[in-house]
Amino acid sequence: MLTISDDDIRDAIQPHQDLPGAMLPVLHAIQDRFGYLPANSVAVVAQALQVSRAEVDGVISFYHHYRRQPAGAHVVQVCRAEACQARGSRALESHLKSSLGIDYHQTTPDNEITLEPVYCLGNCACGPNLLIDDQVAARVTPDKADHLMDALRHQALEIQS
Amino acid sequence: MIYVPCDTTAISLGANQIAAEIRALDPEVTIKRNGTRGLFWLEPLIEVDTPQGRIAYGPLEPGEVTPELLAGGAHPKRLGDIESHPYLAKQNRLTFARIGKIDPLSLADYRETGGFSGLINAINKMPQDIVSDVKNSGLRGRGGAAFPTGIKWQTVLDAPGTQKYIVCNADEGDSGTFADRLVMECDPYQLIEGMIIAGLAVGANQGYIYLRREYPLADRILRAAIENCYTAGWLGADIQGSGQAFDLEVRLGADAYICGEETSLLESLEGKRGLVRSKPPLPALKGLFGQPTVVNNVLSLSAVPFILAQGPDAYQQCGFGRSRGTLPIQLAGNIAQGGLIEIDFGISLREIVEDFGGGTASGRPMRAIQAGGPLGAYLAEHDWDTPMDYEAFAEKNAVLGHGGVVVFDDRVNMAEQARFSMEFCAAESCGKCTPCRIGSTRGVEVIDRICAGENPQQNTDLLHDLCDTMELGSLCAMGGMTPFPVRSALVHFPDDFAAAEAEQ
Repeated sequence: MLTISDDDIRDAIQPHQDLPGAMLPVLHAIQDRFGYLPANSVAVVAQALQVSRAEVDGVISFYHHYRRQPAGAHVVQVCRAEACQARGSRALESHLKSSLGIDYHQTTPDNEITLEPVYCLGNCACGPNLLIDDQVAARVTPDKADHLMDALRHQALEIQS
Repeated sequence: MIYVPCDTTAISLGANQIAAEIRALDPEVTIKRNGTRGLFWLEPLIEVDTPQGRIAYGPLEPGEVTPELLAGGAHPKRLGDIESHPYLAKQNRLTFARIGKIDPLSLADYRETGGFSGLINAINKMPQDIVSDVKNSGLRGRGGAAFPTGIKWQTVLDAPGTQKYIVCNADEGDSGTFADRLVMECDPYQLIEGMIIAGLAVGANQGYIYLRREYPLADRILRAAIENCYTAGWLGADIQGSGQAFDLEVRLGADAYICGEETSLLESLEGKRGLVRSKPPLPALKGLFGQPTVVNNVLSLSAVPFILAQGPDAYQQCGFGRSRGTLPIQLAGNIAQGGLIEIDFGISLREIVEDFGGGTASGRPMRAIQAGGPLGAYLAEHDWDTPMDYEAFAEKNAVLGHGGVVVFDDRVNMAEQARFSMEFCAAESCGKCTPCRIGSTRGVEVIDRICAGENPQQNTDLLHDLCDTMELGSLCAMGGMTPFPVRSALVHFPDDFAAAEAEQ
């Protein structure tokens, strides 16, 4: 894994650090650029925003979105909320966990897919829904899910070759 | 010209592939990416401009685009004029009058359909007159709490302070709701106009839209819309030569349901953990960065341009009892015809799910309806004739909330749903107050014991007792209302808890 230096992080946050209430924009900027919040982010952000490291750490731990470890090549989020439950998301959830062989917050051994729960994507008349990277997939049956996961893995192979 | 919608739902059902097929079939044709009409079971729904008006087709599958269709001709999926479809014809679209008709990012489309006329009227009024218009319209906050919007604005107008803020709560986290998303993706200028009017009314020159991270498309569209407004002089230091200033910025949340609670949202905007604040002080007096702040939901702010353009009476004349104007209902879950239904308050839940919804998507009998999001009660059939009105729902220990209606068929296990409500509260509690933080985890455990047949009667009594503690002792609606779905499941569907017990 590439080491992300303090300067890399300073570069990512520089356009946002002077905003009023800059903490969330700054953390988003780091995660958007590197895919996660590297351990040295805490000290760099604390210094840039003139707050304690405990405060930065506290904010990171509060919000589900922020991750401290790199994710797989793709993040697949399964909507767990009621409207999707009414259309079969509980079955979809267990199918994905068993077919990928991982639980929530885990990544497949080939490093391709990270599985996460999400509570509502606002596509509630067309569930069950997945958010795959930043695209919503609707009416996802277990079969369709298999197809979508295969497509993600093939896409990754093509990029590598 | 061919209209192909570009909102999240249409795209999730293949609208971009349909657009590509149209382009392949006719490289010359103009494709306009409009918003959705909100009839989701018909998406992707495209429309073709003809001398007879716009002709709709849907739901289109890949491979179904034909030359006849592009000419407005015969096709098995031809729907004709979509505005005469009963689902739309029976609605009263005020806030959603424009969605599906226009290109969301075209300022020209927005102006041609009456956009900014409310703001132009507001620029020529005294702040107190704008606030009075909103008061007289009877508009109540559409986020869920139904607090009169005009009174909130009056408080901020009267509050001393040189720096005031307008904060739009776009953290639409309730399951079964998507009306905010539709406004932001399909008619973003209306929200921006509403926020500028709010700024003029209370003397605020800075606005923030706190948007949930789970809406990436709304984020892109809003940012583009704001940029266009700056370029065209609707935002910035001198709005259309009026000498008045208003700046606006989108801020993204980070997946925390609690940040839809207004004080938690303000903490988050300030860059902190989203811990709920005790009230008082009200955000109207001491809100963002300690300054007087209007915090309104997307739908409340988006109702304002109509009120300023058409006058408060035009809005006030719609409605039922003390619930004035229209309610954007979002019909979702296991429903054949899900979508956006903006209609006067007072329609019954049964009319919504049966007449509009056409029954379940699965074709099985309907069993339970959850109204008002994850903190709303589950209603059994004997309550489905309740009119949709804030007060009538309150009498049934239910809430309208943000207008979400989620339908379940007869395969639902209500003990599982009650358990999920507690589990969700445990996952999303901010942790500041004990009844919510610990009560939710204890709630999951007690429900598990009831379903496992461990002293079911005593444990049911204990669950009611726990619900009392959460309801009365929590700091905000998260812990205070989680008992609504739990208790309603327990009271209206006791067999599900007993059945789970019998299976053990």
